[in-house]
Amino acid sequence: MKKINIASLLLVVFLSACGESESKVDSALTAQILYFGNGTEPKDLDPHTVTGVPESHILMALLEGLVMRHPEGLDPLPAVAESWTISEDGKTYIFTLRENAIWSNGDQVTASDFVWAWERMLSPSLGSKYPDMLYDVVNAEEFNKGIITDFSKVGVKSLGTKKLSVKLKNPAPYFLGLLAHYTTRPVHRPTIEKFGEIDTIGSKWTRPGNFVGNGPFILEDWQLNKVLKVKKNKLYWDADKVRLNGIHFFPVDNATREDLMFRNGQLHVTSTVPLEKIEVYSKQYPDLIHIDPYFGTYYLRVNVKKAPFDNKLVRKALSLSINRKEIVEKVAKGGQIPAFSFTPPDPNSYFPPTTLEFDPVLAQSLLKEAGVSQEKLPAFEYLYNTSEGHQKLAQAFQQMWKQNLNIDVELANTDWKVYLSRQNIGDYTIARAGWIGDYPDPKTFLDMMVSDRGNNQTGWSNYEYDNLLIKAAQSTSQEERFKHFYKAEQILMDELPIIPIYTYTRVYMLNQDVKGWSPNLLDSHPYQFVYLER
Amino acid sequence: MISLILRRLGTAIPVLLAVITLTFVMVHSAPGGPFDEEKAVSPEVLVKLNERYNLNEPLVVQYFDYLGNVLQGDFGPSFRYPSRSVTELISIGLPITFELALYAILFALMLGIIAGVISSLRPNTAYDYVPMTIAMAGICIPSIVLGPSLTLIFGIQLNWLPVTGWGDIPGDKVLPTITLGTAYAAYCARLTRGGMLEILNQDFIRTARAKGLSEFRVVVVHALRGGLTPVIAFLGPAMAGLLAGSFVVETIFGIPGLGRFYVEAAFNRDYTMILGTSIFFSCLIISFNLLSDLVAASLNPKLRDQ
Repeated sequence: MKKINIASLLLVVFLSACGESESKVDSALTAQILYFGNGTEPKDLDPHTVTGVPESHILMALLEGLVMRHPEGLDPLPAVAESWTISEDGKTYIFTLRENAIWSNGDQVTASDFVWAWERMLSPSLGSKYPDMLYDVVNAEEFNKGIITDFSKVGVKSLGTKKLSVKLKNPAPYFLGLLAHYTTRPVHRPTIEKFGEIDTIGSKWTRPGNFVGNGPFILEDWQLNKVLKVKKNKLYWDADKVRLNGIHFFPVDNATREDLMFRNGQLHVTSTVPLEKIEVYSKQYPDLIHIDPYFGTYYLRVNVKKAPFDNKLVRKALSLSINRKEIVEKVAKGGQIPAFSFTPPDPNSYFPPTTLEFDPVLAQSLLKEAGVSQEKLPAFEYLYNTSEGHQKLAQAFQQMWKQNLNIDVELANTDWKVYLSRQNIGDYTIARAGWIGDYPDPKTFLDMMVSDRGNNQTGWSNYEYDNLLIKAAQSTSQEERFKHFYKAEQILMDELPIIPIYTYTRVYMLNQDVKGWSPNLLDSHPYQFVYLER
Repeated sequence: MISLILRRLGTAIPVLLAVITLTFVMVHSAPGGPFDEEKAVSPEVLVKLNERYNLNEPLVVQYFDYLGNVLQGDFGPSFRYPSRSVTELISIGLPITFELALYAILFALMLGIIAGVISSLRPNTAYDYVPMTIAMAGICIPSIVLGPSLTLIFGIQLNWLPVTGWGDIPGDKVLPTITLGTAYAAYCARLTRGGMLEILNQDFIRTARAKGLSEFRVVVVHALRGGLTPVIAFLGPAMAGLLAGSFVVETIFGIPGLGRFYVEAAFNRDYTMILGTSIFFSCLIISFNLLSDLVAASLNPKLRDQ
């Protein structure tokens, strides 16, 4: 009895400490602080070395490039660059920078800041993982690969403190879109040089107190695995327009816990929704759950070096026996859209004329035509990384292939790094894969399947396909480019080294107090436009 | 006493060396590496990265380089958090994990000793069976079940306590402490009961009772001192276990402690972090074991000469 009494006494003491208080989301209305569920802990805040989505959310607050993404559409808006001119051949860009664009320590943002930042990003010794974002610039690739060492030969020049010229190899209509990506943003040279060299990875310049940025917010506090806080930058050129006083980014990598935090009023926006809750919440909280189309494709990689998958008929049979409609409606259940091309169609402009059908009878006959019988096709492996969602899909494919083609599939569930490394060295037969576009252009997808690209990983190589991408790069009109891309998609969907399954959706919870937040394909929500109001 | 310490330190060195060697071999033989990412890194970049982290050298050279650095107290930079050293990450996570472990052990001792003493005073009656059955259940329920259940009851249904965080909202330390401490409380209860039963049957207790001492004095002053020996011996490994095993609780409640760094390092193939934390935890376990031996020896004179 004594034990129970003491336990309940303790409980009372603890509970008296926590009275009824208004939730964080309530008090945020006056404080104008956005509580942001940001997935995993950011690796670092150096725009030239990081690669992840959580990092991109924070860098959007801290640094600003020549242009920024439009909160609703895909066309970029002027940011540090107030205006620009593009030469008739589409290869020379002249940017005029804002007079009032300044760093958070009061220094001017100059054209040479961009030149130096791009030199840093392209320095081979920095080991940036996104150097190809600038490969359209004359000699950028050569400099990054160490073929030339003189950066003055690269096509980016300062024409005075507030004028920047960029020369491209090809007319690239998507180039402005690239300039909204964090890898092309400027960094504050004196700060970086104070803590290391131009190519020092992981120096302390990204710490609170050290970080000098030019974005609408400045870094206030960074507690690892707990919270990263940014507050309004009063020196930002458009500070009058910024209504939020701060954003707190919470690294919550556990969907269930994030969901609890959201329901407890500790978060305004989540990074995801637990799989099993999507259906329930869609009915229960239709105003809170957001299922936005996303510029990403869930697909299967096929190792075309492995028989019998070197035969395109076999790959076609695999694709034809997948019922994509059923996959999205009964398995994925997150409002995904069945894919019929590698690049997700963008209703504004890009709509590839390809199809991917469900036809088990045709699939069987193709398999017969390829001379592949049950005996000749021993059970093959389907590789995926540990995740409930991938597991369910894997089981669905396994079942569909068994049912429609009578072939056996073994599921290989591995951890993330093993999964990546096995694809990288070609030690797999079929693997799940996903790709989210880096910039709003089909090239971000199609370029991946060019022969020997790092992310091709299927062993597939097609001369005509490679050529079409080169032609597209050289075209001056968007119409002509898309024509080449459509042809490339057709080749891809005929050869099927990759089998697209569905177009991703971004599923997340959003508090109704958050205003100025519009769904868009790249899931990019510039904080300048966001505010809290009930 | 001094010879005990010296002997223990003497065995600690080969143990640590074995830990370093085994961990080193295992992390480097695991498939996948720290630079495997969804966006494939170009071969040119990979060469540069390997050079920077000294991964281009033969494994044996890397091993001895690493040993040399560790001897100078340098665990190197983390691969996952390039701008932070392993030492910095440990120093960020350790105080939090330590605080959590301390609360859990205090909770365990308080609850466990009281329950154990009550059971031992009336063995084989309801006063014994009820706490011991609860204790058995406490040992059996893993924290991955207990944590979410407590969250559901006290956090969601009753809305009494915060379900996440550490030191942000008053009361947010309660559920993690209970979740982590329950199994240890149960062990403590069983150990206390065993120790007390042995002592309570001894002659000096009979003498104390014969002298007419109050039952409270007999139990608390005379019996408990000896009766707690097994609990004290258990404290060292328990503390080490709490520190190294807090990962699950830290994940459930979103606590930024060392346990999460430790386990995530393995998933990220963060070689330096895996090695650094393994070495650190080994040192902790060795020191806590030594400490609990010393405490036990000072309580029980028989142990001092061994």
